[in-house]
Amino acid sequence: MSTSRATSRSAYLVIAIVAVIDLVLLYGVTLMYAQGELAFAMLVLVLATVGTWIVISRKGYNYRYVYPSLLGVITFIVFPLIYTVNVAFTNYSSNHLLSLERVRAIHLAKTYRTGGESFSFKMYQEGPSFRLMLTSAAGGEAHYLTKPFTESDQPQELKVFESIHVPTGAALPIREIIKKRSTLQKLDIVLPDGTELAMTSLRKFGAIARVYRPDDHTDRQYPQQNLALIDNRTEEIIYPDMATGYYTNEAGTEQIGPGFTIYIGGDNFVRVFTDPGIQGPFLKIFTWTVIFAALSVAFTLIIGLLMASLVQWEPLKGNGVYRLLLILPYAVPAFISILIFRGLFNQNFGEINLLLDMLFGIKPEWISNELLAKSMVIIVNTWLGYPYMMILCIGLLKSIPEDLYEASAIDGATPVQNLFHITIPMIIKPLIPLLIASFAFNFNNLVLIALLTGGAPDMLHATTPAGATDILVSYTFRIAFGSYGQDYGLASAIATVIFLMVGFIAWVNLKATRRLQ
Amino acid sequence: MAMVQPRNLKYRVWTARIVMWLFLLMILFPFFMIISVSLRTGNFATGSLIPENPSLEHWYLALGIPWENADGSITQPPFPVLTWLWNSIKVAITSSALILILATTGAYAFARLRFRFKQQMLTAMMILQMFPAVLALVAIYSLFDQIGDYIPWLGLDRLGSVTLAYLGGMALHIWLIKGYFETIDSSLEEAAAIDGATPWQAFRFVLLPLSVPILAVVFILAFIASIAEYPVASVLLQSMDNLTLAVGSRQYLNPQNYLWGDFAAAAVLSGFPITIIFLACQRWIVGGLTSGGVKG
Repeated sequence: MSTSRATSRSAYLVIAIVAVIDLVLLYGVTLMYAQGELAFAMLVLVLATVGTWIVISRKGYNYRYVYPSLLGVITFIVFPLIYTVNVAFTNYSSNHLLSLERVRAIHLAKTYRTGGESFSFKMYQEGPSFRLMLTSAAGGEAHYLTKPFTESDQPQELKVFESIHVPTGAALPIREIIKKRSTLQKLDIVLPDGTELAMTSLRKFGAIARVYRPDDHTDRQYPQQNLALIDNRTEEIIYPDMATGYYTNEAGTEQIGPGFTIYIGGDNFVRVFTDPGIQGPFLKIFTWTVIFAALSVAFTLIIGLLMASLVQWEPLKGNGVYRLLLILPYAVPAFISILIFRGLFNQNFGEINLLLDMLFGIKPEWISNELLAKSMVIIVNTWLGYPYMMILCIGLLKSIPEDLYEASAIDGATPVQNLFHITIPMIIKPLIPLLIASFAFNFNNLVLIALLTGGAPDMLHATTPAGATDILVSYTFRIAFGSYGQDYGLASAIATVIFLMVGFIAWVNLKATRRLQ
Repeated sequence: MAMVQPRNLKYRVWTARIVMWLFLLMILFPFFMIISVSLRTGNFATGSLIPENPSLEHWYLALGIPWENADGSITQPPFPVLTWLWNSIKVAITSSALILILATTGAYAFARLRFRFKQQMLTAMMILQMFPAVLALVAIYSLFDQIGDYIPWLGLDRLGSVTLAYLGGMALHIWLIKGYFETIDSSLEEAAAIDGATPWQAFRFVLLPLSVPILAVVFILAFIASIAEYPVASVLLQSMDNLTLAVGSRQYLNPQNYLWGDFAAAAVLSGFPITIIFLACQRWIVGGLTSGGVKG
């Protein structure tokens, strides 16, 4: 009796909590929809509906336990993947960052100096806020005083009033004004007659006017008329060109930045496969990525297996200590050890070159020589990765029955024969899915490349920065977040191509695992 | 051991040992070197493996204490290492705890409950965990940029966004925990169910207490993965005081401002606790890795 009452009470509580959460979410959805964020609004709406059904409905009970984790997987893995594919079909980049509406608003806010009246100004501090006193160059008793304003990196509109008084507080010296100039430059001062003023020099404010006004003639015929603008200076019409992602004049000869984001179809993919400045590096980098991942797997496996066999070999004694020391490279966070290697391999101050110089009198150019840089990447990755393989091999070696080795010892087999005729055949089957997973991991090993070489040495004749040690992900990373103009659209297109490759590897892995079971 | 031993065993053991020692010397060289570099004077001095005139200058700076040079000038710590370490720990603990909660409940459903599309969901999870977050960085960046307009603490350059982004690493852990749950006999929970326990009670009071080892392993794995994560954090975080250790450490080896000695001390200082945690838990981690790997 008491338990059922408790259950029904807690059921009401659950429903109440769900209702509150749903209300908040619905508010959010409305807000997002109003802002034009359709994708987000849909995602949240669908997830909230499903979530509510699962909690309320009796049928949904079993889904209660999966739902939170599915929610996480969908929001943080699936949705970003879909979003990336979507971006691949746009021109989203540092030149085309904003939506058309935002770009239009920016154009409408643009101003120019009309050459009208100009005012010299003084800045007064009153506690945390400031005031400007504007004196007309034409002279006169009266001057304008602004309302108090504070420092800000946002544009501020300030009304002024005419006054003959000087503000209390001290006028700031010019070097203080220089410090505050980013605030001052964003001020939009409106005189009582409606004239707008903006800062024109460190001592003056001048009259300004809007460059553009919306085109309100509905009788004209040209594309995107409702978004078109008219230049107040020349009466020329500019309209958004949906092919280039810029506002252009009617002749289409001039593009006026900033650009806006548009869908450009498969152009990014066409660029990847035909633009010589991208296709060339792309193919080279793809080949290197495969070689790098394959060699990393091969070397880590060879060393890992060898060390696992040694550590497992009982006559050696002290196996536990060896095992611990051998695992050490895996226990230290990779970002630290990679950076340690970056320092050790440094051409001039690096300890490795110091040692090589002392022993053999050579100083290899680990960073600037292509082949050496590639070898360094593989050496470091082998160092980082062999303990994982060793751990896996130790586990697998334990499952091999001892009497096999016993029998081979009676036949007088050498350790090498043992390795090729007993050990490898016994562990290869369960090992294959793990090797494929390791291949996939190295295929996308951005941390190693980004921290060790950053892709260096650079390739020549590449449209976007690309280097000899760059793998596909680090190449993508540089296109998207590098310091030379960020092309998110192109980066997403390459990422989409990588999705297909990873998907293929995953599929192969799935087959291999299935065969195992 | 009833193993048949070859006659030349002694000779073989010594060969193996010497190979092992030489290999270990090579493998551990970077660690000896970095400790030695951290005790050197100055950032450019090159020297032998054992520093000639050891100084604690880099250690002071790594701990955030200004260092007084021999000529009386004061060197200020170049970077807030301890703040970075603390940021990393905050992000790692929160994201690992969230991952643990979500992955455990999910794994319970996959291991014990029946529902439609279960097998498809599991396969999908397994394929999805092979897509690293690195591939969707543009989307993650843009996503948090837009979320930040509504919820500031989840925006760019906030630790909240990084924490949330790390939840994507959960798919693998669901498989790990599910594998462990399947090794536990379900008859205990069935007995509890016969006594009137709801699935939640069977999960909370029967299964969970039996699964503490795997939960610890998953927490530690998630913790270490989060501490060592570089790409997402490097894209989302910008200001000096908000960086995580993985992103911040890179600042030391800038070609324009090469602080090799300072880096060495900071690396040892921050790498040491994480290494110790890993080694202390290695038995369970190794178990989790191999079993999860073989099953996954």
